[in-house]
Amino acid sequence: MSTQTDDTPFTGIDLDWEHRKNRIFLGIIVAASMFGVVMLALLLLDVATDFYRGQTEFGISLVDFFTRDGSRREELAGFRGAIVASIMLMLFTAILAFFVGVGSAIYLEEYAPDNRITRLIEANLANLAGVPSIVYGLLALAAFVNGVGMGPILLAGAIALALLVMPIIIVSTQEALRAVPDGMRNGSYATGATKWQTIRQVVLPAAMPGIMTGTILALARAIGETAPLIMVGALFTNRIALGPFDRFSAMPTQIYNWAAEPSQHFIHLAATGIVVLLTFMFVMNGIAIYLRNKYERDL
Amino acid sequence: MATNTNDDTIITTGVQQINTNERNRPDETVVEASDLDVYYGHDRAIDDVSIEIPEKKVTAIIGPSGCGKSTFLRCINRMNDQIDVARVEGDLYFHGKNVYDDDVDPVALRRKIGMVFQKPNPFPKSIYDNVAYGLRVQGKDDEVDLDEAVERALRGAALWDEVNAKLDASGLDLSGGQQQRLCIARAIAPDPEVILMDEPASALDPIATSKIEDLIADLTQDYTVVIVTHNMQQAARLSDKTAVFLTGGELVEFDDTTKIFENPNDQRVEDYITGKFG
Repeated sequence: MSTQTDDTPFTGIDLDWEHRKNRIFLGIIVAASMFGVVMLALLLLDVATDFYRGQTEFGISLVDFFTRDGSRREELAGFRGAIVASIMLMLFTAILAFFVGVGSAIYLEEYAPDNRITRLIEANLANLAGVPSIVYGLLALAAFVNGVGMGPILLAGAIALALLVMPIIIVSTQEALRAVPDGMRNGSYATGATKWQTIRQVVLPAAMPGIMTGTILALARAIGETAPLIMVGALFTNRIALGPFDRFSAMPTQIYNWAAEPSQHFIHLAATGIVVLLTFMFVMNGIAIYLRNKYERDL
Repeated sequence: MATNTNDDTIITTGVQQINTNERNRPDETVVEASDLDVYYGHDRAIDDVSIEIPEKKVTAIIGPSGCGKSTFLRCINRMNDQIDVARVEGDLYFHGKNVYDDDVDPVALRRKIGMVFQKPNPFPKSIYDNVAYGLRVQGKDDEVDLDEAVERALRGAALWDEVNAKLDASGLDLSGGQQQRLCIARAIAPDPEVILMDEPASALDPIATSKIEDLIADLTQDYTVVIVTHNMQQAARLSDKTAVFLTGGELVEFDDTTKIFENPNDQRVEDYITGKFG
């Protein structure tokens, strides 16, 4: 490379090895970031294969799948009851978690003095977000299913899921509130607004896209949660829940139940259920991303 | 304001207007500070300032960066209350009432004293809702014709002709200069007595700046304006009175703008104005 006889100003600077190190490191980090993508692709491929085999080899009709409830007889089993229960779960989880979560985020971000108690609450929130989901299930089982005597009803499941996602909603709401520029708050105060008027009419509307995004992402996590629902006892897989006080089984618990069956037909029903569940999650994530992009420029 | 009756009295150079009859009437003090100190924690930002700000005139506050001029401005409508570590000592009177008395609600005070900030800060709402905001939060939207009030404020802020066809558009879609005039419209819509302006043109280009300056001159027909600026030409063009703050939060000299710029008493003021200092 540098066997030319004429000297340039850069003779003696040998960067070959440095450049090679750059390329090696680049290769490693690209491989690291592709790893997740490849794993996701393999997962989806596996699910899609099972879904396809369920359609072709086991004759699972999508129409039947969406119009029938669970059954002990594999040829009669469908997913309708689980879908309905999951949608109701999301609804009640959202209602229970949203107002408490957003309320406490507003308090912590806008009102709470910066003292030891506030910091204690915030540290606890961070810890709560890391608690294994099954623990929330145990809590709901002990406190609501048995303690209050609710029984394994849908509302108890919604409470467990609401407790699970509340820290996520609080943290994402706090971030959304923090992203509202102080200039806007000052503009409102200087116009003669009170603190609550400022929060209600300026800060919350400005933060709402971020709050909605965080809430939807939290619900997308809740819709796939299995362990807390199993703890609550959501294994009434053969009937449809008609209200919050009915016994129920949601999509993940129905899938869990089917996957535990020895029959291949049930296993492929589970694969079909996974496709439906993943579709729900992708749609929810898609809405969250859409909201974030749509309102991003406004702040 | 709807009819522009004052083509020949528009104040383009406040200095020349000083000697007209209108300007010669005795000054009525609206805001008076007396031995005012402001501390941020242990740092003193304002040092023993006493000043009387006259009604329906433009009072400019100039001085180098960090001299406390914005801090002083924010004392007048108690925006410093928003800063936890800020502490105010001394007296600040609005029409003879000490605004730091316990029985004064800062929200009520700010309904009398509007403010325009350095960086335009319209709300993420429509132009109409931005202007109507003050009237709504102050509960005046029942008493007045809101459409009329919004139009009057937008005309007062010289923005009506540019936005009257798109009042539903977001205030954030306007240009920087338009946003700042929208903020002025928002400040004047609830009809305060005093308007505080914290370097309102420093983030704007020269054309937008000159529009804001023309507007400020017009505002003195109805409002007392206190403007912080670090642009000395702007202070000279716009203001009737000028206060010069120097580093340490000290008010060095306060007098008619002509006097300050032509023959200041204090050597430090002369040095600052001629660019030898600051």
